[in-house]
Amino acid sequence: MNDIPSLQVEPGKIVLSGQWTLAAMLPHLAELQADLEALKQTSRQWDLSALSRLDSAAAVLLWRVWQHAWPPGLEILPLHRQVIERVAVLPDEIEAPEPRSFRLIEVLGSLLLKAAVNLRGMLTLFGQLLLDLAYLFRHPDDVPWREFTANIYKAGAQALPVTALVGFLIGVTISYLSALQLKGFGADLFIVNILGISIIRELGPVLVAVLVAGRSGSAMTAQIGVMRVTEEIDALSTMGISRTLRIVLPKILGLTAAMPLLVLWTSFVALFGGMLAALLQLDLSLYYFFENLPRAVPMANLLIGLGKGVLFGFVIALVACHFGLRVKPNTESLSANTTSAVVTAITAVILVDAVFAVLTRQIGMPQL
Amino acid sequence: MKTPPVVELCGIDTVFAGQYVHRQLDLRVEAGQILGLLGGSGSGKTTLLREMLGLLRPNAGKVRLFGFDLDDPDIIAQRAIRRRLGMLFQHGALFSALSVFDNIAFPLRELKCLDEDWIRRLVHLKLAMVEMEAAHGRLMPAELSGGMVKRVALARALALEPELLLLDEPTAGLDPDRSQNFVDLLGSLQQALGLSIIMVTHDLNTLAGLATHVAVLAEQRIVACGPKAEVMTVDHPFVTGFFGADRRKLL
Repeated sequence: MNDIPSLQVEPGKIVLSGQWTLAAMLPHLAELQADLEALKQTSRQWDLSALSRLDSAAAVLLWRVWQHAWPPGLEILPLHRQVIERVAVLPDEIEAPEPRSFRLIEVLGSLLLKAAVNLRGMLTLFGQLLLDLAYLFRHPDDVPWREFTANIYKAGAQALPVTALVGFLIGVTISYLSALQLKGFGADLFIVNILGISIIRELGPVLVAVLVAGRSGSAMTAQIGVMRVTEEIDALSTMGISRTLRIVLPKILGLTAAMPLLVLWTSFVALFGGMLAALLQLDLSLYYFFENLPRAVPMANLLIGLGKGVLFGFVIALVACHFGLRVKPNTESLSANTTSAVVTAITAVILVDAVFAVLTRQIGMPQL
Repeated sequence: MKTPPVVELCGIDTVFAGQYVHRQLDLRVEAGQILGLLGGSGSGKTTLLREMLGLLRPNAGKVRLFGFDLDDPDIIAQRAIRRRLGMLFQHGALFSALSVFDNIAFPLRELKCLDEDWIRRLVHLKLAMVEMEAAHGRLMPAELSGGMVKRVALARALALEPELLLLDEPTAGLDPDRSQNFVDLLGSLQQALGLSIIMVTHDLNTLAGLATHVAVLAEQRIVACGPKAEVMTVDHPFVTGFFGADRRKLL
């Protein structure tokens, strides 16, 4: 038996033989198509009785060559005729699904609408959170302590090494670069002011916020998202357990509580790195550094830093949970929402930081 | 020339965490058969199916599809063999980011030698085959009901008109009426396309309505394999327990 699909033009008729299936045609597809194309206009008879197999892909190919009509003289096995009949009942012109049009106004509008929907969603989530807190105030037995502490451990304790490493390196870098400049002016001693203010007030909180948004924020979104995909959240609701109370609240409170501690830790390590670099670069003793730090950096700066930590933690967790709850049960939505969560969280943190900077511009500056 | 068996398993050993799932298991499926693979929960039916697909490598033994060894390192030949079989996963395994139309078109587009008009016609054919409307092509998998997911998954498995179709619990999660429809659909497709089918199922009605042959997996091997009527009469505790009083209904 010859399996290769072949086509012979005999006087008066065209004979097809072999296996006319997609798999068998693939290696010879170009030649077969060219041969058939050449026969498009002929009015010869078609003899398909020697075919061993005919699948719908080949049937579609033939039907197109016949220009959507049965050829006048056709010899074919009944089984194969059925295959072609199924193709024949399809409409001649099958319209392509419309490609999505791109209009600037439309895109901008939908972006704006999406932002509004997200803002509203986060506001709703915040309101729900307040209601949950009020409920917990009246029913202290329902406080999800275990989830709360688990979140502090996951988002806080486990983030200690990475924030320390990044903080230390940033501290060393800033100290080193500033020292080079200060040396030129002979103002070596101001390294304490520069490091103290910049790290405690600004860099520490923002650095930690960016790291935590990437680390814990994305994890929260992905976790809640997958729980939605696998219907775990629905299972929780079925058991009469509020999803916001058990999943969202512990995450938000956990990160809000852990963030200021992380900020304190990172600022400390970054200052330590800066001190070491100053010692090596400027011969500034650690003792001098420690003695002058309180004088150069008023207490208010530390409180501002910690306050920022609390606020940033809250914003990151709120954004992450909001996007997690928006995940639809498909892979695309999961990745899109995780990306949105991290991007939005970092943007929101920097916005909040700017507002903070404007509001607190009178506070905590050392009097020189 | 005799055609080689569609699937041939020789001396398969599968070990999970020190536990034997299959031990010296042999199975042959000839072209044109509809084999129902039976076995208790956790007896390794789905594992066996995954080994036939080459998703899982047995710890010992040979898997041959159409006479071709799955351990062969030739990547092109491996891909060619994969195109000759279709798999219907238990939960459909539709690509959730693609619409129904794109899901079915996916294996066709991967061939990279069909034009869009050809693909559109084939997808519409497949949709008609599983008794769905062309308008359903625009839906996303998340918008489908359980029965429709199975149909679309079947349409995707049939996109390349495979010679071998593997079904994992084809009727699980469908109501009896729907599952009967699905069995009829599979039966008529099998006749129209001349497929060989291997299916894992727990559902006696599916088995009665579709299978020509039955293989029973118990005690880490195939304890009985043959035409349906023959296997019913095998005196093995699992077989008698499984079919129980329904034996007569199946014959």
